[in-house]
Amino acid sequence: MLDDASIAETDHAADSIAVSVWRGDASGGTWETFTVPRQPSQTVLDIVTWIQQEADPTLTYRFACRVGMCGSCAMMVNDEPRWTCRTHVGRVVKDGAISIAPLRNLPVIKDLATDMDPFFDKWVKAEATHHPSAGRHDDFAAVLPDDEQRVEASAGIECINCAVCYAACDTVAGNPDYLGPAALQRAWTLYNDSRDDAGGAILDAVSAQGGCHSCHSMGSCTHYCPNDLDPMGAIAGLKRATAKRFFRRGRG
Amino acid sequence: MRGGDPNAATRRPVRGHALWYAHIIHRVSGIALALFLPLHFWVLSLALTDAARLDNFLAFTELPFVKVAEFGLVFLLALHLFGGLRLMALEWLPWRAPHKTLAAGTLAVSAFVSGVFFLQAI
Amino acid sequence: MLDFRLYMAQRLSALIMAPLVVGHLAVMIYAVQGGLSAGEILGRTQGSLFWALFYGGFVVAVSVHAAIGLRTVISEWTRLRGGMLNGVAMAIFATLLVMGGRAVLAVTLV
Repeated sequence: MLDDASIAETDHAADSIAVSVWRGDASGGTWETFTVPRQPSQTVLDIVTWIQQEADPTLTYRFACRVGMCGSCAMMVNDEPRWTCRTHVGRVVKDGAISIAPLRNLPVIKDLATDMDPFFDKWVKAEATHHPSAGRHDDFAAVLPDDEQRVEASAGIECINCAVCYAACDTVAGNPDYLGPAALQRAWTLYNDSRDDAGGAILDAVSAQGGCHSCHSMGSCTHYCPNDLDPMGAIAGLKRATAKRFFRRGRG
Repeated sequence: MRGGDPNAATRRPVRGHALWYAHIIHRVSGIALALFLPLHFWVLSLALTDAARLDNFLAFTELPFVKVAEFGLVFLLALHLFGGLRLMALEWLPWRAPHKTLAAGTLAVSAFVSGVFFLQAI
Repeated sequence: MLDFRLYMAQRLSALIMAPLVVGHLAVMIYAVQGGLSAGEILGRTQGSLFWALFYGGFVVAVSVHAAIGLRTVISEWTRLRGGMLNGVAMAIFATLLVMGGRAVLAVTLV
C-alpha cells in the first residue's frame, strides 16, 4: 500500500503519463493514447478533464461533484471500477501508464459515458422501491435505531447508485438477467424496513430468474464499493429469508 | 495497447481478490470433479463386467504419478467440500463471519486432509 | 441463472452430501493404506445394505448437484441458453445417475 509520503515522491517521479482511453460507442471502438503532464495530487478525473480541455474536446465523460459524493465519475481504471475523482494517480499508475475505460457491464453511449438505464431498470425489477404502509394522516412510525432489523437496513442505505459494484461483478457479466448487487442490496434494506409493506413481494421479485440466487458470493461488489457497503452480505440475507420462507411454508 | 470492446463479458475479470479466488477455485474444482466422476463410475462398474480388468487398473494405481493424481483429486474434493460449507454458512447462518479468514482456513484444512491421504497412499 | 427451485435443490443436495463426502474421504484414507485391490474393496462393500444406501444416496445427490452446477457454469461461460441449456443439464444428470447407479450395483451386489 502506498502511503502519502511515497505518493508525494511518485508525483515527481515522471513528468508525464501515457493514458490509454477507450473511445467509441455502442457499435465499437478503439483505445487512444494521450500523453498527460503529471501534476501534484492529481486524480484520474483530473487526467480525463485535462485530456478534454487541452488535447481532445470530443472526449465524452461524466462527473458532477468531483469530491467523492455523487458517484457520477465511476469508470474502469486499469480494469478496476473506481470513482475517478477519488483515485489518486500515484496509487494506480504502472510504469508511467494508466488505462481508462467506461464502466463494465453497461452499454456504452459514447467514450466514457455509459447508459445507466439497465442498472435502474433492474432496480425496479427487484422491487427495490419503497412500498408505503401508512399515509400522511397516520402517526409517525416508531423505528428504534438499535433495533436489529433497523441496523441491518441501515447498513445498506448509503448506496448512491454509482454502479461500481455492478461493473465489478462477474455474474452480472456472465448472466444478463442477473439483477445485480446494488438492486438486491436495496431490496434487502427495504425488506428490513419496518415501514415497508411488501416483504412478500420483495422476496418473490428476488426469487425469480436472475434474482439473488444467481449470486456466487465472489464479493467483488463489497471489495470495490467506494462507500464500504456490503452487497454480498445483503444478498446472503435475501437468500436466508427466501430459504426460511420455503422451510416455514413449503413454497418458494 | 488492447483493442476491441471493453465490455466483452469474457475479458479480463476485475482484478482478483481473496473471495474472488475462493469463487474461482470452487468453480474449477467442481468442474474437474464433475468431469472425473464418469471415469470413476466406469472403473468401479468394471467389478460387475470385468473384475480382472479392475484389478489391473487398481495395480496401475500403485504408480507414483497416479498417487499424485489421487492426491490432487482428494485435494479438489476437500476444497469443494469445505469451500461449500463456508458458502452455506454465509448464506444460511445468521451471523456475519470473517469470510476471507474462513476461505484461507478452507485451503488449510483441505491441504491437511489431502496431505494425510497422500501420506497413507505412499 | 438459478431460479429458486434449482437453488434449493442444489443447496439441499450439497448438505446431504457433506457428511457423505466426509465419510468417503475417511474411507479413502483408510482404504488406500497398503495399496488398493478389488478383493479388498469388494470384500467391504459386497452384500452390504449400508454401503448400497450410502453410495446410492451419494450418486443421486451428486447427479442433481453436478447437473445444476454445470448448468450454471455453462450458462455463464458460454452462450448456450433456454431449451438447449436445459437439455444439456438433463443429459448430465442422466449420465451421472445411470453410470453411478451401475457403479453402486457393481460394488454392492452379491
